[in-house]
Amino acid sequence: MKRVSILNRKNALTLFLVIVIYAVIQGLIVTDILPPLYTSTLIQVCIYVILAASLNLINGITGQFSIGHAGFMAIGAYFAGIVSVKFHGPLFLALLAGGIVAAVAGFIVGLPTLRLRGDYLAIATLGLGQIVMIIFQNMDYFGGAAGMQVGRHVNWSWAFWGTIISLVVIHNFVNSTHGRACISVRENEIAAEAMGVNTTKYKVLAFTLGAFFAGVAGGIYSNYMYFIQPTTFNFLTSFNILVMVVLGGLGSMTGSILGALIMTVLNVALSGIPSLRMVITALLLIIMMLFRPSGLMGTKEFNLNFLEKKEERTVA
Amino acid sequence: MHSITELLQQLVYGLSLGSIYALIALGYTMVYGIVKLINFAHGDVMMVGAYMGWLAITVFHFPFFPAILFAMIVAAIAGIIIERAAYKPLRNATRIAALITAIGVSLFLEYGGMLVVGAQMRTYPNVFPETMYKIGGITFKFGDIVMLVTALVLMLLLHFTVQYTKIGKAMRASSFDMEAALLMGVNVNTTISATFAIGSALAAAAGVLYGIYFNSIDPLMGITPGLKAFVAAVLGGIGIIPGAMVGGLVLGVTESLVSGLGASTWRDAVAFLILILVLIIKPSGLFGKNLREKV
Repeated sequence: MKRVSILNRKNALTLFLVIVIYAVIQGLIVTDILPPLYTSTLIQVCIYVILAASLNLINGITGQFSIGHAGFMAIGAYFAGIVSVKFHGPLFLALLAGGIVAAVAGFIVGLPTLRLRGDYLAIATLGLGQIVMIIFQNMDYFGGAAGMQVGRHVNWSWAFWGTIISLVVIHNFVNSTHGRACISVRENEIAAEAMGVNTTKYKVLAFTLGAFFAGVAGGIYSNYMYFIQPTTFNFLTSFNILVMVVLGGLGSMTGSILGALIMTVLNVALSGIPSLRMVITALLLIIMMLFRPSGLMGTKEFNLNFLEKKEERTVA
Repeated sequence: MHSITELLQQLVYGLSLGSIYALIALGYTMVYGIVKLINFAHGDVMMVGAYMGWLAITVFHFPFFPAILFAMIVAAIAGIIIERAAYKPLRNATRIAALITAIGVSLFLEYGGMLVVGAQMRTYPNVFPETMYKIGGITFKFGDIVMLVTALVLMLLLHFTVQYTKIGKAMRASSFDMEAALLMGVNVNTTISATFAIGSALAAAAGVLYGIYFNSIDPLMGITPGLKAFVAAVLGGIGIIPGAMVGGLVLGVTESLVSGLGASTWRDAVAFLILILVLIIKPSGLFGKNLREKV
């Protein structure tokens, strides 16, 4: 097999596009052309892109069904907040700490619960998400039900590059041997097991990695929002992330990005009328399932392959 | 807990709360038994029932029993509409698609309800006299007794329907093997609709009782009892009707004992902890049989 160099034309072009997007928005923020509402929307889009992509790793790629993602987001948000506020640690360390604690929680939780299938796993993760919320409500160290003051340490650059790094790691994981093993678990668990794939290991691995990035996203969230409360991370937040993944298409990373973008912009646009917003979300979900259950993108990805020459494409 | 009387008192509270959970859990378990779907919207059907009861009592000035009947009929119709519009087209789709649709229906009922009736809480009218009965230091409120009796009567009625009527036989047949039932001439579509109707009616009855028990209702009231009733259904073994009754009562009693011990903020966590322990230790529930996995 011919190894494809990292510095091929496709990757160079992707990097160029990413830098252009970053530079244009950073330029607009620095010159005060972009109103603060837009900046805050963009940072929220970044946070939800990480959340949706990490949930997609569990639900879409590995074919498990977790609906307690907000629980890991909460763990990341609180521990990153603690590192920032109580230990005055640098932001990078705070995000990493949030991610690692969430990953540890994901591992501990995933090991027993991932034996469950389908809707049982869904309910177990929903219950765990609720338990995490109740634990934070009862812990005075974390501010209890009243919430915790964190302050704002995250700006556009942090949110954007945090998102890009997360996406690159998740993308590379999916396209690696481990990612293929995860996909085989999704396609047919029994067949995968018969072919020698350690299904439990890959399910727990995907779950832990998903929890890690949910924690990182939670850390960015708490360090951006000034103030966090346990009820922010209730199961409506989990459902919201789930809607993004389903809307984009379970199994499609670019779909998750698209879903996160659409839902976040929709949420901000309709934030004045919250109940109407939720009704629209609900109808979107139902109609989507009735008419296009595979989501906007299905399991397809948007990529830049079409730009390459034909012979290069056959090699890749 | 200071004394045995207090323990028994908490037991009484727990039984009335548990009978409400049991009524909701029955709907979950019946629907799951037939279409293998966790009907997330079930708790919200209970909310619809509670509002219908409220409407019947405060606006139409119905007494308790006609009001609960009215709520049950409206909720049964709502249940059939939900099943026909949202779940039936997905009967052959993946379980995950159906589950996501159920979440969608649940959100739709919650926030659609909020648009219609407003987000504020409403006080539930007091339909029962404030009579108390004291037996050996334990107080029984008149309302608690009516609630327990209503729940028990409804459960007996359900048991009778499922065991001795034609539609009950069709339900049991469809839940055992839907395709075989279809080949034997059972109208599966009607049976499923009937299951949703009965389940929703029981949930509505639970909603009215819940409103009376807690004195207030709001459009999001269905979420927590809905989830807990699901816990109860899993605890008893999902798909098994007596299991749902026992699971509901056990959960209600556990919760009120935890509150009695002074840990009421942890009450909800206990319910979910029970759920996870049951799922890990014996996923088929207290009354369930272990099924071998088929390749």
